[in-house]
Amino acid sequence: MQVHKYDVVIVGAGGAGMRAAIESGQRAKTAVLTKLYPTRSHTGAAQGGMCAALANVEEDNWEWHTFDTVKGGDYLVDQDAAEVMAKEAIDAVLDLEKMGLPFNRTPEGRIDQRRFGGHTRDHGKAPVRRSCYAADRTGHMILQTLYQNCVKHNVEFYNEYYVLDLLTVEEEITVDGVTKLQTRVAGVVTYDLATGELHVFQAKSIIFASGGVGKVYKTTSNAHTLTGDGMGIAFRRGIPLEDMEFFQFHPTGLAGLGILLSEAARGEGAILRNSEGERFMERYAPTIKDLAPRDIVARSMANEVREGRGCGPNKDYVLLDLTHLEPAHIDAKLPDITEFARTYLGVEPYTEPVPVFPTAHYAMGGIPTNIKAEVLQDNDTVVPGLYAAGEVACVSVHGSNRLGTNSLLDINVFGKRAGIYAAEYALTADFVDIPDNPLTETEALLDTMRSSEGGERVAQIRKELQDIMDANVQVFRTEETLLEALSVIDGLEERYKHVTVQDKGKRFNLDLLEAVELGFLLDMAKVMTAAALHRKESRGGHFREDFPERDDENYMTHSMAYKDPTATETSGVRLKTKPVVFTRYQPMERKY
Amino acid sequence: MSTETVEREPASKIELAPGIGGGGEIPTFDITLKVRRYNPEVSDDAYWDEWKLTMYGTDRVLDALHKVKWEHDGTVTFRRSCAHGVCGSDAMRINGRNRLACKTLLKDLDTSKPILVEPIKGLPVEKDLIVDMEPFFQSFREVMPFLVNRGHEPTKERLQSSEERERFDDTTKCILCAACTSSCPVFWTDGQYFGPAAIVNAHRFIFDSRDDAGDMRLEILNDKEGVWRCRTTFNCTEACPRGIQVTKAISEVKQAILSRKI
Repeated sequence: MQVHKYDVVIVGAGGAGMRAAIESGQRAKTAVLTKLYPTRSHTGAAQGGMCAALANVEEDNWEWHTFDTVKGGDYLVDQDAAEVMAKEAIDAVLDLEKMGLPFNRTPEGRIDQRRFGGHTRDHGKAPVRRSCYAADRTGHMILQTLYQNCVKHNVEFYNEYYVLDLLTVEEEITVDGVTKLQTRVAGVVTYDLATGELHVFQAKSIIFASGGVGKVYKTTSNAHTLTGDGMGIAFRRGIPLEDMEFFQFHPTGLAGLGILLSEAARGEGAILRNSEGERFMERYAPTIKDLAPRDIVARSMANEVREGRGCGPNKDYVLLDLTHLEPAHIDAKLPDITEFARTYLGVEPYTEPVPVFPTAHYAMGGIPTNIKAEVLQDNDTVVPGLYAAGEVACVSVHGSNRLGTNSLLDINVFGKRAGIYAAEYALTADFVDIPDNPLTETEALLDTMRSSEGGERVAQIRKELQDIMDANVQVFRTEETLLEALSVIDGLEERYKHVTVQDKGKRFNLDLLEAVELGFLLDMAKVMTAAALHRKESRGGHFREDFPERDDENYMTHSMAYKDPTATETSGVRLKTKPVVFTRYQPMERKY
Repeated sequence: MSTETVEREPASKIELAPGIGGGGEIPTFDITLKVRRYNPEVSDDAYWDEWKLTMYGTDRVLDALHKVKWEHDGTVTFRRSCAHGVCGSDAMRINGRNRLACKTLLKDLDTSKPILVEPIKGLPVEKDLIVDMEPFFQSFREVMPFLVNRGHEPTKERLQSSEERERFDDTTKCILCAACTSSCPVFWTDGQYFGPAAIVNAHRFIFDSRDDAGDMRLEILNDKEGVWRCRTTFNCTEACPRGIQVTKAISEVKQAILSRKI
């Protein structure tokens, strides 16, 4: 067994992980572990921009941004966290500019800004230009810039090291006269893809920045590699997951494929139309129309299709119309997404509207943290030395629906915070001893899969999982669809025990990797579905047709999903609640 | 918000052309996929493996590889992640040309003949389509691929005109997929050559008005393994899945070396 020792270990090398590494690496001995290469991370696929109230092109301030974020999340946002994010957004953008990020510029040479869904002036009066951007490849530029700065600061990467387990021990602590068990972290177990060997990384601080779980769905903007590993590892080790019923469906995925077409298209003036050519968003959001938040637009699109106003031979998508925009403007502001339409659908966006339909995009929920990015093991107990940032985490700045651009902002603000706090903690703390036989569980997991001859195929189980999630846990949900999904997932989990991998080797065994990933996908699908069943109301990205109204009296709380084999009715997921943090905004009806 | 639109209020509308948004059944067709296999755990010899597959009109080479891996042979090994041409994981030689498997539609290839898929050249093959990327990233790191600014740090952003920003726009698009570098005949025969991708990333900073280390990068690339090894064969430009004018960028770096006091 190879053991490495670092002050700080970061799991994941996307935007949050690398932003953390830049801070942590300058303060403490830091290693970044990624199952990919850093520049392959899915931050690079983000397109439209990163909001900050720079007020470079029109009046704006961080308080308006905070309000929009809270309202956008249908008041389930922790307002202290949203305030931190909106305030620190300005420095986050300036940090990136100073690191070299090539933002688009105004005629005066300042960072240019454009409109984005749900971002408004003065508490909803009109759309505001708040998104800082680099054409429609802002995420690419952020990922490249952060990687460049990691190279500059000699950050140590372990590429293609797949983290499979978190090593924890429990300690008795007494808080306010109450004795309880506190989780302590000792390190992580990783699988070196090149050699098939297991390594232990002992660390004082561990930051999870491993991204989302979009691959539980079939139609998704997410990369193949976004399989909820970080969330799954934490959940298996007894850490709860917060607000997992809230999953964002981005309105404009290329129809049938799910490839993302940025909301920036609508920010630049594109219009959604149904089969009758109608600008249907005028009905659903009279004030800001096509620039309403994503949950509302996605639901409106799904509703148009349901009511028979979808386009195409199967009437199963709507159209994103850019034909009234100048081709030169499209080329300057939206070059990549228009190329996606040409490459993958053979549609010329200058002259033809583009077929689009909602695509599974972003987990609002995740590993619960406070505003220092410290992970919580229950509503108020911090796990010392454990941090999470980015999509894997739930701080919660997105509540029940994330506004466009706020994810690139989240990774920069809370990635930076995680890096600073994790390093500061590591400089004062001692190592926790690695528990005896740290590899036992991971070895058992891998050996079982390598040796099983049960005959079940990973791809088949995954496909059936994605099909049921797309059909039953999508934009619209009911108790009936959710219960059915849960029962299907239970059955798939049973079959998963008999999965056979064909590749029995050690070297780059990606067959085995996919089998391990499927285990995390099944766990997360179960948590998402159980949490959706538990929330008998409609809020943000979670719409229950059997409970179509928001119910503040009973459900103005975060959900906390714990692994608990005794919770048999909900497939081993125990749901509890956690209060929402209010500072300045009281819940109001959400209209746009 | 209510999802019930009982009485539809009027909404502004346009006339859509008939048949808009394409349509009809997605056609299927048969292909033969041949993949260059190599696994030193099993044998020192590389060989060709082939499958006959039925694919759809919107499928890409990556879909065909997935079909093989997921339905026929799980040992077939390749990297991939985003599956739409932005992460740079799946550069490979497809019918002798470097391309991203996720951006190459099968219908755009000649499906009457077998489709040949091999690892990119010039980097050590690890297993099947996976190569060792470390030498490639090593060259990247050597050109100082990060902004160096020695000036006073402003409280707000550094100013940059749109024209200044435009000057290096093309080379900011690089996704480090190695399609260009591994298409370069000089790189194939001389692994020490920096290669097009490293030069592209140096260009991105040399021509950035905010950067102060252009001279140092030009010095690095004036090395015997630097830009002068480029023989302007344009393979790199043809290979780039992001449409970067790679050869032009290399020429601009050459000119900068000649015109500055190096």
